[in-house]
Amino acid sequence: MLRLALVLICLALPLKAEEVVLGLSSDRVRITATFEGSEILVFGAIKREAPIPEDPLDVIVAISGPSKPLTVRRKDRKLGIWVNTDAVEIDSAPSFYAVATTGPLNEVLTSVEDLRHKISIPRAIRSVGAPGSVEDAQNFTDALIRIRTKNNAYQMLEGAVALDEQTLFRTAIELPANLTEGDYRTRILLTRQGRVISEFETVIDVRKVGLERWLFTLSRENPMLYGLMSLAIAIAAGWGASAAFRVLRRN
Amino acid sequence: MQIYLPIAEVSVNAFLLLGLGGLVGILSGMFGVGGGFLMTPLLFFIGIPPAVAVATEANQIVASSFSGVLAHLRRKTVDLRMGTVLLIGGLIGAALGVVVFNYLKSLGQVDLLVKLCYVVFLGVIGGMMFLESLRAIRNTRSGKAPKRKKHNWVHGLPFKMRFRTSGLYISVIPPVLVGVSVGVLAAIMGVGGGFVMVPAMIYILGMPTKVVVGTSLFQIIFVTAFTTMLHATTNFTVDVALAVLLLVGGVIGAQIGTQIGTRMKAEQLRILLALMVLAVCFKLALDLLIQPSELYSIGAEGGH
Repeated sequence: MLRLALVLICLALPLKAEEVVLGLSSDRVRITATFEGSEILVFGAIKREAPIPEDPLDVIVAISGPSKPLTVRRKDRKLGIWVNTDAVEIDSAPSFYAVATTGPLNEVLTSVEDLRHKISIPRAIRSVGAPGSVEDAQNFTDALIRIRTKNNAYQMLEGAVALDEQTLFRTAIELPANLTEGDYRTRILLTRQGRVISEFETVIDVRKVGLERWLFTLSRENPMLYGLMSLAIAIAAGWGASAAFRVLRRN
Repeated sequence: MQIYLPIAEVSVNAFLLLGLGGLVGILSGMFGVGGGFLMTPLLFFIGIPPAVAVATEANQIVASSFSGVLAHLRRKTVDLRMGTVLLIGGLIGAALGVVVFNYLKSLGQVDLLVKLCYVVFLGVIGGMMFLESLRAIRNTRSGKAPKRKKHNWVHGLPFKMRFRTSGLYISVIPPVLVGVSVGVLAAIMGVGGGFVMVPAMIYILGMPTKVVVGTSLFQIIFVTAFTTMLHATTNFTVDVALAVLLLVGGVIGAQIGTQIGTRMKAEQLRILLALMVLAVCFKLALDLLIQPSELYSIGAEGGH
């Protein structure tokens, strides 16, 4: 009876019962010229007023990079040669996406909750309208996930979150060297029996700094000058090499 | 040593880029080609986004062809007059080419058409050049004097002009036409057009092989500088960090290539260029014929 009441309370006040207190090893990633990727340590504790409920607690950490629309194309054999035939526009796909969980995702999260919170990789990609000419639009989304997973841009890290005493959790997420600039949305979800009981969100700021920043800004804000600078470097290098070789040949 | 490229937004090995630049620079100095046809696929392969690869490599070619031209200028193997005439034709051609390209794009399947043109075109040019240089080599071996200064239809046209460095007195119409057609091709195929220009100068205009290389490099500088500016101001895709790494290798390679080129006989140079053109043709043909391991590809929205 008491247990039932407790469960009911938990269901009635899902957000108040348990909350995430989060720590990040860094809330900004600086991309310098020698950037080789970075590891973000996500850790924290669960703050609760009530005693720990009996159902096991699970933690999901999801980091997603800036989303962009893109096109996935498929090659097909026509008259003996391989050419791009069908294409599907994906409305929005994150440039980077990593999900770390305490256990297998299908046990940690029900599919209804996944649909609502868009946690699993296929759910994080939004593809609304496939053209009528393409019957197997799902294959295109699968291909996108397959290619990006191979490049380490999409990571499914089941069981990578360590949870101690239902209170302390931590995980390390590897950010690859090929990182795009932007706000990386970081979500931490607490689940019990596949239902989300609490959600916490923060942003990791990924920015180019120093020379990288300067060149990028110049190329966007003053493209003419940037182009002329590129040409000047090219001409100077060409002349420099020629002069250097002349000196070498004389000696 | 990994370097993060600010515009391409990828991290690549700096020494790999230096090496690639050097390789393409050598070809550029030896044969008077820009090397874009070789560099683009290599850059795609190491993970540079296509738009950035195409734009940046134009900038790198400016550097290596400038380096090469200076070496040729010292040897007086650049026909500046012919180069200028070809260049004027080339710029007109490039403008036409952009119009043609946009028209083809509106019809769809432009990629395929370009690739097929490429294969047929390169196959024919490479094959003819290969056979001709083979014959020339055999003739010199057997001691026959090579036939020079054949009179063909080119010499019957008006508006004659004297090209001293090339030792030619011909009408300006054929060089301008060659320039225009190479310009059109270059704009459609997205390359500098050096390896189309070089055979055209040798076989259509009858220029001596030694002069052809420097002259081709001379006009490539202007075409690629123009392309670089166009990409930098409209697409923002020139990555100067990538360009610097490529061009350091490229300018050194171009100097070495020029030296190799001057030590070789004209026929040998032609036969090597022919082999290279055939190799590119073969590679493109294979890409079309062999089933790729990954049938799907990711592209920017609406892009090609």
